[in-house]
Amino acid sequence: MPKDHGIGASPKRREDLRFLTGNGNYTDDINLYGQAYVHFLRSDVAHGRLNKVDTSAAADMPGVVRIFTGDDFAGVGGIPCGWQVTDKHGQPMQEPAHPVLAQGKVRHVGDPIAAIVAETYEQARDAAEAIVLDIEELPAVIDMKAAVKDGAPKVHDDLTSNLCYDWGFVEENKAATDEAFKNAAHVTSLELVNNRLVANPMEPRVAVGDYNRSTDESTLYTTSQNPHVIRLLMGAFVLGIPEHKLRVVAPDVGGGFGTKIFHYAEEAFCTFAARQIKRPVKWTSSRSEAFMSDAHGRDHVSKIELALDKDNNFIALRTETYANMGAYLSTFAPSVPTWLHGTLMAGNYRTPLVYVNVKAVFTNTVPVDAYRGAGRPEATYQLERVIDKAARELGVDPIKLRRQNFITQFPYQTPVAVVYDTGNYVATMDKLEEIADFSGFAARRKASEAKGKLRGLGVNCYIEACGIAPSNLVGQLGARAGLYESATVRVNATGSISVMTGSHSHGQGHETAFPQVIAEMLGIDESMIEIVHGDTAKGPMGMGTYGSRSLAVGGSAMVRATEKIINKAKKIAAHLMEASDADIEIKDGKFHVAGTDKSVAWGDVTLAAYVPHNYPLEDIEPGLEETAFYDPSNFTYPSGAYACEVELDPDTGRVTIERFSAADDFGNIINPMIVSGQVHGGIGQGIGQALLEGAVYDDNGQLLTGSYMDYAMPRAADVPFYAVDHSCVTPCTHNPLGVKGCGEAGAIGSPPSVVNAVIDALHSAGKTHITHIDMPLSPNRVWAAMNA
Amino acid sequence: MVKVNMTVNGKAASGDVEGRTLLVQFLRENLHLTGTHVGCDTSQCGACVVHVNGTAVKACSMLAAEAEGVEVLTIEGVANADGSLNTVQQAFQDHHGLQCGFCTPGMVMTATALLKENPNPTEAEIRDYLEGNICRCTGYHNIVKAIMAAAGQDVSRIAAE
Repeated sequence: MPKDHGIGASPKRREDLRFLTGNGNYTDDINLYGQAYVHFLRSDVAHGRLNKVDTSAAADMPGVVRIFTGDDFAGVGGIPCGWQVTDKHGQPMQEPAHPVLAQGKVRHVGDPIAAIVAETYEQARDAAEAIVLDIEELPAVIDMKAAVKDGAPKVHDDLTSNLCYDWGFVEENKAATDEAFKNAAHVTSLELVNNRLVANPMEPRVAVGDYNRSTDESTLYTTSQNPHVIRLLMGAFVLGIPEHKLRVVAPDVGGGFGTKIFHYAEEAFCTFAARQIKRPVKWTSSRSEAFMSDAHGRDHVSKIELALDKDNNFIALRTETYANMGAYLSTFAPSVPTWLHGTLMAGNYRTPLVYVNVKAVFTNTVPVDAYRGAGRPEATYQLERVIDKAARELGVDPIKLRRQNFITQFPYQTPVAVVYDTGNYVATMDKLEEIADFSGFAARRKASEAKGKLRGLGVNCYIEACGIAPSNLVGQLGARAGLYESATVRVNATGSISVMTGSHSHGQGHETAFPQVIAEMLGIDESMIEIVHGDTAKGPMGMGTYGSRSLAVGGSAMVRATEKIINKAKKIAAHLMEASDADIEIKDGKFHVAGTDKSVAWGDVTLAAYVPHNYPLEDIEPGLEETAFYDPSNFTYPSGAYACEVELDPDTGRVTIERFSAADDFGNIINPMIVSGQVHGGIGQGIGQALLEGAVYDDNGQLLTGSYMDYAMPRAADVPFYAVDHSCVTPCTHNPLGVKGCGEAGAIGSPPSVVNAVIDALHSAGKTHITHIDMPLSPNRVWAAMNA
Repeated sequence: MVKVNMTVNGKAASGDVEGRTLLVQFLRENLHLTGTHVGCDTSQCGACVVHVNGTAVKACSMLAAEAEGVEVLTIEGVANADGSLNTVQQAFQDHHGLQCGFCTPGMVMTATALLKENPNPTEAEIRDYLEGNICRCTGYHNIVKAIMAAAGQDVSRIAAE
């Protein structure tokens, strides 16, 4: 019988009521008295010298309040990068300046040049057309390998080249890895592209800056996954506003997927401009603008090699990746192809030697940063594709080859620094074989073939590192921030609870799931608990939601704070019952004296805390409010096995997903309904990457996929129902809930199985010379491969 | 500026608009009905779907001035008279058919139009009908399931909650 409340239950989401009735409060729904509107005039060339921005005619246009250019930001900081990677020679990465508005040069299509503030959006846009730009167009660098050749045009004139860093990991393993390859019985190699994607949360970014003249306080309303991080980055590094004079609010946010982690120029602009003109300033991105200003994701070009011994054991792995940074370093960009990618290259396998080389490259494109999975999908894709290719070359079953090389002993020290605490890869593969009905595949293939179609089955495993992460470790790796999380549990006098968390919900259902944890600990009804998030004025410093960290890190902080509440409440209860606090137990919302029938209700204790007439004032303070900061000792390591079945039309090259199955180990589960929803969404995005999506630039740096007319978002008819299972549970050993995180798994685990399935379908028709097709596997690409 | 008059969620509404003002802007900015969302600028995403004279319309693809005299129904106007969720809304909550909630108003309005046209749609018919509504969160699984449930179909056998 499933539970109906507390940990493990699936109560309906409370946030749905406002979303389903049109009562959500998204940033674009916020309008402040006297607000002006800003439109950004953006570069329409990828690379050019900005000789002159003539705003004189535009300034006289109707409704224009003020026009800003790069000159107005001469005394203001640039957009900072939050992570410094050290290269294989021990040198820091090259880190270019990133002005709020372009200064001297424009470096990608969409680079903001001028900001027109006017009484209405329409007037701001009209005025933008009257600005006269003198831009001397320069040759653009788009292709990464061309960008790092000698003599390539430089994106940043003051850097030595377009190479941000050349990273080796683990550098000390390189010689031994190379040696192992010399002794291998078999080597499989594969070159592949992890296609550039646009995150595309359905809510475009919005920023509203406000300034209070009487208090000298600034407020920024913004579409962010981490308002405290924005306050720190923007306040300390860009505008020089101390935290106590700066409030950042991220209300309902319509999806993030990584791209709303970062601090963007438009946020800094609206905050800055509001202080200048002493009026609120609002910016709402159009979708077209989003395509050329939201940080993109992925965009890796890799070569991976796998060495096996004569018994098909993996003995060594090496990869070389070119990772696109775009024109500037977005907030976490340098960490994605390095620490979020290299550390996962061991995957689920006992490969004793791994060496990862990554060259991060500047190009005249939109900055690239974390997108759902961030580094881990790129690692998984390489690894799970090369294993599949190796199995075909060796003539062994790809599942058998994986099973043979699975890590089975935990904790497991990988050769790429991280230690997996728990996992059971055999169990998730067993579960996958069951839910994906592998035994029925042959009959399904036959049925497809009877219709003139090909059918393929592809499988992959994945491991990811979530709950990012121990602050002392990430500090050593170059993070310029800590990565703890905070929670304040405020018990009110009448017993209701407000929980202020640094985690941010933008679709994850925190307002429903977090109360389940606290209600379970206290034995009170979930409806008495409210989750407060998304406002730096309301809760303590927090690091926000990304990297599947909210429950593992933010939830753990809540547990710690609630434990403090319980300890204090027991002392109050002991006083009220004239007992020893060591004898007090909490059960079903009451405090009991063990071994007696004496009890006091939760509400009696909370009232006593705030009306301390009968209270141990000599021992403890009144009030019942506790804060905890939780900093984990390790990442968490969710894992799983995924299977995809495709049908392929050999006449057109069109691939359809017929079945998709996912068996995940997320550790303990708080709300199974929400967990399944997270996996569904991730799989949808992974299928999108595998079959449909791709941000495409032409050689001149024009973004060819600049709207939903050109960028193929997955629609309902592009995907099937998914079979998902998370009954394989190996609890995380180092956080109090035993949870691992589920937000990114679907997006990490799904692309390789789709591609593996298509290759399987092609091989079933004798097209065994096709060993790889780069994503997206559009009909055009598949047909071309078949008819090459 | 032109003056437009229409009925929105059963109430008379009017305002002065520029010729280029879109219906969705009029709803959001003049009438402060911010439940109707704008997710794109090419009429692809469907976050702005409302009903105009009973038909689903993308409110970004109609000028406010064109809406003179029409009846508009938005997400704010679809709940039961007592304020409780209607069948489609309730099915979306029951089956976790929404996550961030941004596409949701458009999804509910489109689903409502579908069920009016076709009270018992197949899975394939639902997926095809949602062609003009993009969701980035759910992978569509629970949206399709919710619409099937709203049509009164037994969805208990559909894979995993």
